[in-house]
Amino acid sequence: MQRLTVDVAIIGGGTAACAAAVALREAGLTVAVLEKRLCGGGASGVNFGGVRQQGRDLAELPLSRRSRVLWDGLSAKLSEDVGFEATGHIKLARSESDMAVLEAYARDAAGHGLDLQLLGPNALRAEMPWLGPAVVGASLSPTDGQANPRVVGPAFARLARRLGAEVCEHAPVRHAARDGAGFTIEAEGVSVRSRHLVNAAGAYGGTVAGWFGEAAPVAPLAPNMVVTEPLAPLVTRSIGVVGGDVYLRQTRRGNVVLGGGRGTADIADGLARPVAATSLGAMGKTLTLIPDLAHAQVIRSWSGLDGEMPDHIPVIGPSGTTPGLVHAFGFSGHGFQLGPVVGEILAELVTTGRSASPLHPFRIERFAGWRGPFRSEGEIEH
Amino acid sequence: MSGLFHRLATRPGAAIPFTIDGMSAEARAGDLLIAAILLHRHSLRRFEFGSGERAGYCLMGACQDCWVTLADGRRLRACTTPVEPGMAVITGGGDA
Amino acid sequence: MPEPRVAIVGAGPAGLRAAQVLAEASLRPLLVDEGHRAGGQIYRRPPPGAERPAAALYGFEAGRAQALHDLADALAPRVDYRPGTTVWGIAPRDPDGFDLECLGPDGHGRIAADRLVLATGAMDRTLPFPGWTLPGVFTLGAAQIALKAQGMAIGRRVALVGAGPLLPLVAHQYAKAGATVVAVLDVTPLAAKVKAAPRLAAVPATLAKGVWYTMRGALRRQPVRSGVRAIAVEGAARVEALAFEDAAGRRHRVACDAVGASFGLRSEAQAADLAGCRFAFEPVTRQWQPERSGQGRSSLPHVYLAGDGSGIGGADVAELQGERTALTLLADLGRPRDPAREAHLDRRLARQAGFRAALEAAYPYPHHLVEGIADDEIVCRCEGITAGAIRRTATERDASEMNRLKALTRTGMGRCQGRVCGHAAAEILARTLDVPVETVGRLRGQAPIKPIPLREPA
Repeated sequence: MQRLTVDVAIIGGGTAACAAAVALREAGLTVAVLEKRLCGGGASGVNFGGVRQQGRDLAELPLSRRSRVLWDGLSAKLSEDVGFEATGHIKLARSESDMAVLEAYARDAAGHGLDLQLLGPNALRAEMPWLGPAVVGASLSPTDGQANPRVVGPAFARLARRLGAEVCEHAPVRHAARDGAGFTIEAEGVSVRSRHLVNAAGAYGGTVAGWFGEAAPVAPLAPNMVVTEPLAPLVTRSIGVVGGDVYLRQTRRGNVVLGGGRGTADIADGLARPVAATSLGAMGKTLTLIPDLAHAQVIRSWSGLDGEMPDHIPVIGPSGTTPGLVHAFGFSGHGFQLGPVVGEILAELVTTGRSASPLHPFRIERFAGWRGPFRSEGEIEH
Repeated sequence: MSGLFHRLATRPGAAIPFTIDGMSAEARAGDLLIAAILLHRHSLRRFEFGSGERAGYCLMGACQDCWVTLADGRRLRACTTPVEPGMAVITGGGDA
Repeated sequence: MPEPRVAIVGAGPAGLRAAQVLAEASLRPLLVDEGHRAGGQIYRRPPPGAERPAAALYGFEAGRAQALHDLADALAPRVDYRPGTTVWGIAPRDPDGFDLECLGPDGHGRIAADRLVLATGAMDRTLPFPGWTLPGVFTLGAAQIALKAQGMAIGRRVALVGAGPLLPLVAHQYAKAGATVVAVLDVTPLAAKVKAAPRLAAVPATLAKGVWYTMRGALRRQPVRSGVRAIAVEGAARVEALAFEDAAGRRHRVACDAVGASFGLRSEAQAADLAGCRFAFEPVTRQWQPERSGQGRSSLPHVYLAGDGSGIGGADVAELQGERTALTLLADLGRPRDPAREAHLDRRLARQAGFRAALEAAYPYPHHLVEGIADDEIVCRCEGITAGAIRRTATERDASEMNRLKALTRTGMGRCQGRVCGHAAAEILARTLDVPVETVGRLRGQAPIKPIPLREPA
């Protein structure tokens, strides 16, 4: 049994957790990361890879705007190519009412400094002549883009290690408790004493909060992802639709990654798997958007476990019950783009007790008095 | 035009006309597409991630190395697909 | 209560024998087969119109091949046979059955089954060597299929390389069919075969056909060279020659236009993986396989396993296992048992297990060769990932496990999902990290087991 005494213990090894470890080391604090399996292998590593501000809950936009700046320098910071490209994110309308949704959102987003370009059918087809007839208009966010989710989390974990953080993998946390002036965290093979505790446990964030008497209803969420064989360049932008039932992008190497609907998740064993009918459904919807993909072959599908909150925005902020405890979980299927900034915010909260970003909408107290579990359903917007 | 594969046993069966990169070729009923192509050529396709070409590998539908493209856009695994009259194979290769 | 629906995946020797037993019990099993005609890869049948005499096609194996093909024809009215159909996904279905996602001649279909018999077979095992991705380099299995199913040789001057009984067998079949075989090179030492010889003497001829050819020197015109090293295919755009070093250290170069090369067999176990079967590392052949009891049970109550897909035993063993496994399934359904038949099969399987051990000792998987793989050599042929990239990722990016290696490098992430490169990549990763190969794990199976079109075929 390894014993560690650190300033900050972090439960979870996703992108936000490892980014927090980096920021905390940069602030001079000692850090231990406790990850159940491998860092960046959960929701951080299996998501769509969208680096998107457009379409977010307005409460998330200030964080998302701040994170977007970090993405530009991420490969340099991590000394590793994370595959970020500002290809733009375009959200497609398949009806006039969809278009009205996009117009309303564009007005609201402008208030947060996010400029979106509304495209009618002619402008859209001029740029993307390969779109199918079902598409009637779109909203383009030119500064959004995509990146390789499989490498971002592990790269943050390695940087944290290089900076001196203790990164413990295959170390699922059994229990954590407030103990005198700090915390005691018991994980598989390692026991940690810390002054601060960060709960970045994803789908298990509610369980950790519960150890400290806080209600946080988290439902397991499993995105359903599919990828094609490498194809000639065609899909120039990351694509979503109003309603969120399908989303796709083409990687640098030519594979088209597409998602939509949900896989199955088992919170007990931590496994999530794609569902064949859902994959076939997303494939069919992709074809209505881009008929030219008809002959592409699908070579793989996957899922992963994320945590979803009833209001689809995460919990980020200090505990309401326990001094020294900070939460960041429940990103509800769209945490990838936020990961880098959430790391910074967590470090701010630990070191100063406050953040430069507005966190009020994400406070855990909004679920005080919440009764019972909830069942998550509906589309995951991209 | 001589290819990689080499027919050891002549057999009856209808002639199957098809094309490779626009050039007429002939196979026999019962020939797999991979065999039909490699009787005339030394490769099936370009490799996407580097120089060079590929000609298949396992012939049992496992390695997925022999996916070829037809002029009508269809993508076919050549080792599990019988050749059909009129197939227009595009190898994209420089192999003659 | 309606009869349970049993689905057999694979119509090779194991699947066909299982189908026979279930059909005899009037269960009318579903028999899903990727092939267009039953027989599997080992007894692959030419397409209609391209038939040739069994003796010419299968040589030594003709009798067994003919018997299985006759069985397939006889079973036709009593099984629900689905040729040309790929099972690309398997998922549990409440309360305890499975959904099989199938892609067949009529497009996608979902088949519900109460019990599964997975008889998914094996494919050639690969180790990278210089030039192995050039057009004209195939597996030994491919060389054999070209001959059996198409009456063709893979080239005009063919060199054959390997480690396993298939090597001399293919050499013999090629020579007999009139092909020009310019070299037959065994990378395992002759000493291993000599050491195993006493035990091999008792091996039934069909199982040991390869060894038999080697020991007896049947290929007088083209003897097998054992203990060959430093295999390298030369050629700019296609195979031009094969260079190697003989057991005495002399360099040779043989002009050729095609190479058949493989290093034993690996189980095709993706279906068992998706069904949720537990896997175990098999130390003799150094591969992960779904756990199978002697009676054919998997780790899951309603999933049964038979044949090379769950342990390399060869075609004869596969037939016995198919029959044994189906008897187990019937017993589990509460059908009357035939203890004498079960015991007879168990005895034969036990004897075969002994033979197989001797064969594996004669042809060990030459995993030590991964040390000699140069950094610029491609290991993952789908994605073009080199041995150097794997080694660097292991040491510089903390890839301690195969799925992490895949995530970081794309090794095993291409169209074949690591079928071809998985074992070699694991050996390279383990050797780089200086750990036993089983500790780096295995690539998880993911649907679709084989590529499926984005648009359903019309």
